[in-house]
Amino acid sequence: MSELESFQREIRDFVEREAPEALRGTRQGRFDGHWGGRKAQPSRDVQHWFEVALERGLTAPTWPRAYGGAGLSAEQARIFDRELARLKLPPPLVGVGLTMIGPTLLDYGTEAQRAEHLPRIVRGEVRWCQGYSEPSAGSDLAALRTRAVREGEHYVVNGQKVWTSFADKSDWIFALVRTDSKVKKQLGITFLLIDMATAGVSTRPIELISGASPFCETFFEDVRVPVGNVVGEVNAGWTVAKALLGYERSMIGEAMSGDIADAERELVARARVVCESSGGPLPDDAVRLAIARVAMQERCFAFTIERLRQSAIAGKPPGSESSILKVVASELKQARWEQAVKVAGPDALGWEGPGFDARDLHATREWLRSRANTIEGGTSEVQLNIIAKHVLGLGA
Amino acid sequence: MQLTLNEQQTLLQQSAASLFREKAKVGRIRALRDTHDPIGFSRELWTDMAQLGWVGLCLPEAYEGLGLGLSDLCIVLEEAGRQLAPEPWLSTVLLGAQSLMLGGDEAQKARWLPSIARGEALLALAYEEPGNRVELGRVSTSAVRTGAGVRLNGEKLQVFDGHVADALLVLARVDAGHSLFIVEREHPGVSIQRQTRLDGRNAAIVRFHDVELGPDALVGRDGHGRALELLSHVLDRATVGVCAEMLGGATQAFDDTLDYLKTRKQFDVTIGSFQALSHRAARLYIELALARSAVAAAASCADEGTPEELAKLASLAKARCSDAFVQVANEAVQMHGGIGVTDDFHIGFYFKRARAADVLFGDATHHLRRWAALSGY
Repeated sequence: MSELESFQREIRDFVEREAPEALRGTRQGRFDGHWGGRKAQPSRDVQHWFEVALERGLTAPTWPRAYGGAGLSAEQARIFDRELARLKLPPPLVGVGLTMIGPTLLDYGTEAQRAEHLPRIVRGEVRWCQGYSEPSAGSDLAALRTRAVREGEHYVVNGQKVWTSFADKSDWIFALVRTDSKVKKQLGITFLLIDMATAGVSTRPIELISGASPFCETFFEDVRVPVGNVVGEVNAGWTVAKALLGYERSMIGEAMSGDIADAERELVARARVVCESSGGPLPDDAVRLAIARVAMQERCFAFTIERLRQSAIAGKPPGSESSILKVVASELKQARWEQAVKVAGPDALGWEGPGFDARDLHATREWLRSRANTIEGGTSEVQLNIIAKHVLGLGA
Repeated sequence: MQLTLNEQQTLLQQSAASLFREKAKVGRIRALRDTHDPIGFSRELWTDMAQLGWVGLCLPEAYEGLGLGLSDLCIVLEEAGRQLAPEPWLSTVLLGAQSLMLGGDEAQKARWLPSIARGEALLALAYEEPGNRVELGRVSTSAVRTGAGVRLNGEKLQVFDGHVADALLVLARVDAGHSLFIVEREHPGVSIQRQTRLDGRNAAIVRFHDVELGPDALVGRDGHGRALELLSHVLDRATVGVCAEMLGGATQAFDDTLDYLKTRKQFDVTIGSFQALSHRAARLYIELALARSAVAAAASCADEGTPEELAKLASLAKARCSDAFVQVANEAVQMHGGIGVTDDFHIGFYFKRARAADVLFGDATHHLRRWAALSGY
């Protein structure tokens, strides 16, 4: 038996033995799982699953053991993912600590920063959020104006961030702040870690057209941050920020593939009810083709993720093709909910309350929510700019 | 499911790329057309490729093949597709040899396969008829029982490489359903007339008038009357090969367009700096990446999966390649501007091939419907 095979056997035994029955088959999307942090309120099962995984470092499978991770190789981590997918289990830990700031600190952080923050992410003690966008800095992120002025061993931060996902539930925020306003805008930005319990930090949720939202506004009023919380060099935060955006894009893209895996089955089931069809070809050919188109796109996307993983494992340089994942995933998600709403017709016009099916109400809210997918994390237009400029070499 | 090339496959890809680039540039199909070349491709190149083992790449070693998989052949086909090579891959390898491999008896295989692998024998599959479009079963050509054999009558259109094929595999209606027969070109009653297609692929009309065949002409003896099942599996495999060709053609057309966007200057800047063009180029890049994944998955499935799985993935690959190739070719012509619509410049050949390949074995809409049907809705 090869090493990988024995690893697979071991991990399967572990998952079969330890994963709570109640969680099996429950994973639906990327928001399922333990988010960690002081304000977390996980169910008993989610908490138990988190704890047994933590004992083995599996809350952060690929992170070095020194920080509490399991030190798995990419191939081993994939085996773990597959075992989770097989039982439709949520991962033991989710969140941007794990997928964004952790990898950033591993690449750009000081040893002191890693030692302080990584174990607390692994143990679910701290939940992170991302402070990038501002009211006047959306796609033109480098135009940000939140200022940090050095006073002795601290920076004093003043300004406002917007679209900070789950800021109201988070403990720490990694933020881009302006430390020099006299140079080219990209060259005066610093990447700063801020404890949200510090005096002067406040948050306010933003309601979206779907009626709910993960997003907040975050305000900084004379917030004092130790200078040791700068990641990378002062005024070199743009480099760190771009690297982190790379993790974010691949995270969004890959995570969405889980959200859309059941799209075809659900769309067909709903269409059968609407068309009063009990089997065989759907009587409405346009609906049939539209569902098949979504399903095909979903399969192509899943195969693409798999292909990129295989080339990463084979040690090929990170493919430029990964730049397509975010735009494809977000548009696919929109197409899926667009279709769900179309199939339901007038039944999808409900907002809440009696006279509407719960599944249709859910589809309608998801459809509304999905409009943000091609805007958040870099608009599709910005993604196309990145592909054109950095992958295809088209530029001024 | 292996979706990336291993080391051996990377080497194959490199040698195929350089051979087609050096000996078979796309402009060749203009010369073949203008000189009314009687063969329409290069026999010499075909023999060279046979000697490299490529023609018999996925035939068993027992028949002088290399015993590799369809996914390996797809590597060569993608490179052939980049230069729109008119050599008889589709007719002889993907359709002819595959039909015999999957349906032929031992004598038929021994008679034809080694000679195909050596680059000598050429085969053609005669299945398309006036008006049958993509419905394989709508066949007028009939095979009427005459004692131990049959008498064949009918007409087939756009038979790929029918003008040079040594033998034709003919789909005909029989009492019990449909059967496939192998008929040598010199057989009395067979007449062949060359056709000229827009895309450089060679084809012919083949007519059968009271062609008397013995029992040994039947392909797929055990499944008498059930040739549609056999053919449908052959066509799925051939479709995957055609998709690899289409992916190659689309990728080359895209690469050439990208070069143009980076060199052509208007208003004192390269036209690729305009977002009106660069975003569209990025969209094409995305479509090609997705199509590549679909082709890789289908090719891998052809070697390792079941025929049922292959049917779905072949449809997936064809739908995506049809859309991607047509979209890339349309944009390639548009982005090249005036030069793009001239015969002097080669991008128009990709435009023509894209349309022809879209229709071949069913267009994207056909395969969307087939996907839905195979998925139970």
